[in-house]
Amino acid sequence: MKSVNVITPSVDGKGLMMGKAGYTNDYVLKNALIIKVLRSPHPFAKIVSIDDEEAKKLTGVECILSHKDFDRRPFTRAGQGYPEPSPHDKFVFDEYVRYVGDEVLCVAAIDEVTAEKALSLIKVEYEVLEPVLDFEKAMNNVSVIHPEPEIHEMFPIGFEPKKNISASYHMHIGNVEDTLKKCEVVIKESFYTQAQAHSMMEPHAVNTQFDYQNRLIIYSATQTPFHVRRIISQALNYPISKIRVIKPRVGGGFGGKQAIHGEIIASAVTIKTGKPAALVYTRKEVFESSYTRHPMRLDITVGADKDGTLKAIDCYVLSDTGAYGEHALTVFMVAGSKVLPLYNKVDSVRFHGHVVYTNHTPAGAFRGYGAIQGNFALESAVDILCNKLGMDPILFRQKNMMKENETSPIFAIMGEGTEGTAMMMETCKLDYCVKRGLELIDWNNKYPSKKINDHIVRSVGMAIAMQGSGIPYIDMGSATIKLNDDGFYNLLVGATDIGQGSDTILAQIAAEELMTSVDKMIPYSSDTDLTPFDTGAYASSTTFVSGNAVLKAAKTMKNKLIEEAANALNCAKEEIGFDGEIFNKVNSTESITLKELSNRLYYNSDQKQLMVTESYVGHKSPPPFMAGFAEIDLDTETGEVKVNKYCSVVDCGVTINPKLAKGQVEGAIVQGLGMALYEDVVYTAKGKLITNDFMSYRIPSRMETPELITEFAESNEPSGPFGAKSVGEIGIDTPPAAIMNAIYNACGVRIKSLPATPEKILMELRRKNHEQ
Amino acid sequence: MLVNLYVNNVLKKYHVQAGEFLLDTLRNDNYISVRRGCDSTSCGVCTVLIEGKPVPSCSVLTIRLEGKHITTVEGIQEEAEKLAHYFGLEGADQCGFCNPSMALTVYAMKNELKNPTLETIKAYLVGNLCRCTGYQAQHIAILHYLEDRS
Ligand code: FES
Ligand code: FES
Repeated sequence: MKSVNVITPSVDGKGLMMGKAGYTNDYVLKNALIIKVLRSPHPFAKIVSIDDEEAKKLTGVECILSHKDFDRRPFTRAGQGYPEPSPHDKFVFDEYVRYVGDEVLCVAAIDEVTAEKALSLIKVEYEVLEPVLDFEKAMNNVSVIHPEPEIHEMFPIGFEPKKNISASYHMHIGNVEDTLKKCEVVIKESFYTQAQAHSMMEPHAVNTQFDYQNRLIIYSATQTPFHVRRIISQALNYPISKIRVIKPRVGGGFGGKQAIHGEIIASAVTIKTGKPAALVYTRKEVFESSYTRHPMRLDITVGADKDGTLKAIDCYVLSDTGAYGEHALTVFMVAGSKVLPLYNKVDSVRFHGHVVYTNHTPAGAFRGYGAIQGNFALESAVDILCNKLGMDPILFRQKNMMKENETSPIFAIMGEGTEGTAMMMETCKLDYCVKRGLELIDWNNKYPSKKINDHIVRSVGMAIAMQGSGIPYIDMGSATIKLNDDGFYNLLVGATDIGQGSDTILAQIAAEELMTSVDKMIPYSSDTDLTPFDTGAYASSTTFVSGNAVLKAAKTMKNKLIEEAANALNCAKEEIGFDGEIFNKVNSTESITLKELSNRLYYNSDQKQLMVTESYVGHKSPPPFMAGFAEIDLDTETGEVKVNKYCSVVDCGVTINPKLAKGQVEGAIVQGLGMALYEDVVYTAKGKLITNDFMSYRIPSRMETPELITEFAESNEPSGPFGAKSVGEIGIDTPPAAIMNAIYNACGVRIKSLPATPEKILMELRRKNHEQ
Repeated sequence: MLVNLYVNNVLKKYHVQAGEFLLDTLRNDNYISVRRGCDSTSCGVCTVLIEGKPVPSCSVLTIRLEGKHITTVEGIQEEAEKLAHYFGLEGADQCGFCNPSMALTVYAMKNELKNPTLETIKAYLVGNLCRCTGYQAQHIAILHYLEDRS
């Protein structure tokens, strides 16, 4: 292979490092109005009155919009396919505010200073309501967070707003209670995960303007340009044909830019005033007023026989979706559907639970959503169970985990918000991943732990994980390839490069099939007027779903080229050989180069523009798998954990771009480490987020980042483009469980609520020593 | 208030408000590579060089910089391209939002430190956060860049 599975620098890396314009905020018109949002100081309140008279009088204030200016038209900002599996429970602005940081109104003014000044002049009177700040008390609470009558679900998702339930779900295979009764060893534990913040470096940004055709142009740092177009049209009752969404370079998303952020407000300002407008979130707004990972409580019971045969898994999940239900059901379901099939030989399994509303910052999509929470619980529980069984956790996993050519009945039952799709694991190199990881971390010499000195213990811990590759029968990707004179191509994709490098890997796939070099395949993403539809960058779908669409398009283009070459050389298609540059007629010396052919098609004979579009919808979602191994030093005096090394062995099929794939894994591992150890989320008793900047919310810096050893298993997925599966999310799943298992192996303390801060570890250590 | 700055060795005269930060002065003057990532001087995305030293441009008032030399990535294009080459080989560039400031900081480090070790590099760059890469690929690329004497 020439272009695929070889080191290829990203197409945009150089330009971006050199400081070229690229991001949303680089395209703001000089005369754009600057928008600022007035946000709620209360976790739950009803707006009694808004006095904006003084602000309106301020020179330079162009418009002030609040709930009074909009029809009541509920929608969801989730940024999913249609109809969405999320409740329509959001209004542009509402008379209720449901968390500290919720939108009250917006001001658009000639500059930032004026907009800020106007905000300070506006007086809002609130009727403060009793908030729900403890998600374990949300269900059936007397405070109903969404009392409004207009909100609804699009299809049954267990939506019961009067009980503060945003979604609920139940599935079972076999009778888990019966199986558990028969098990020789059973453990039951509860785990808690926090509202991790995406912390992408580029804050959410959008700018809007009318163009010379009087159409609304929206530049947005989004992962889902086509969904943004649809949702804006719906929320503002504005014709979709008059909306164009352009996604420039995006400075990181990790799921945080799947949902709508400021796009609706900015669009409304431009529609109202006819003027260009820009809205960039402050970092505080990114923390307080965008989305977080869903905090969860996972109650898990697992049962096995003494010989180490896992028999049953029972999992109840309570998930906190915050003030609005974006991704309430889907994230929750993934905590089962992309976790439980890891142990596919159980007799029975149950997965059920509720997703509740609280008066916290809404939760949304976040890399590895659901899977990381579920993985933390299950992979911790497996180690706890092994401990009780007196069995080696590696042997236990090797005996019970998913193998190649096996399946799990869960695939057919659980999808994302809907039923799932049955599938066989045509590739699953988990066995190899575990074996290789043991070598890389030198497990046998280090497990479980070793005393380094009187207060430092060195230990190891591990976990296995799986993900998916897009949502079968729902996610669609498509690609257009256009031939230019001189024989280079444009590749137009709706797939959304948000920094993960999808433009590059999609160009590689097309270049490989057309046997050309990547520099002759110019990728462009995404623009709802110019590029074909794609669901967007989420659910680990781009390499697999969009990649397959690109491959299909390249194949079709190849056929067309050969047809045209046959015309030019006066022979049948079958007589043409093509090597990417030259078309040869068999058994003759006649030939034509791609360059000549493309020029001929443009300017001389058989004139036409060759341009093909193909689409792809997955019929399966082949999971990538991985094993993650951590080596830590735990200080028993301070409770501090230092991660020395993290070894990842990943089966994501063939890596289209080995270095970018590695980058996906390593970036995700470090985010997972952040969730495991550092990224603590703290609210005041009154529901205000304290950890709202990079000082108080600590994402891993260079100093904390351990040595990362990342390898890929040899694997070739038949359904993937050139054998690839997806790799965007899998890396984030293992660190919480692997690190908690290592902490246990170091000192016998089991941390069940993330992150494992030194305080928690010390407290547990003291408790344990006290008990002894 | 009038302030004279040498931006990438070109004398610029700026009329600024007393409370204006360098980040806004530069961005308003179309030094588009200078971008904001936070409100509390804690991400490093806005880093520029003042008299050759990396400083977050969101943290300094423009009026305090009379006569100073400011470097943005527009002023070190060749070095940035060279560094980007090594980033490309390691897959160390993802969203790129942290990268212009990274190029500047690495450039300053190269001028300041002789043969820095991995640990020194980490310490020097600690203020430049990156949420995408997990850092390690960046460090490998930086080491290769420093070895390149061409
Ligand atoms: S913008 Fe974050 S440090 Fe300056
Ligand atoms: S590459 Fe995205 S923040 Fe560094």
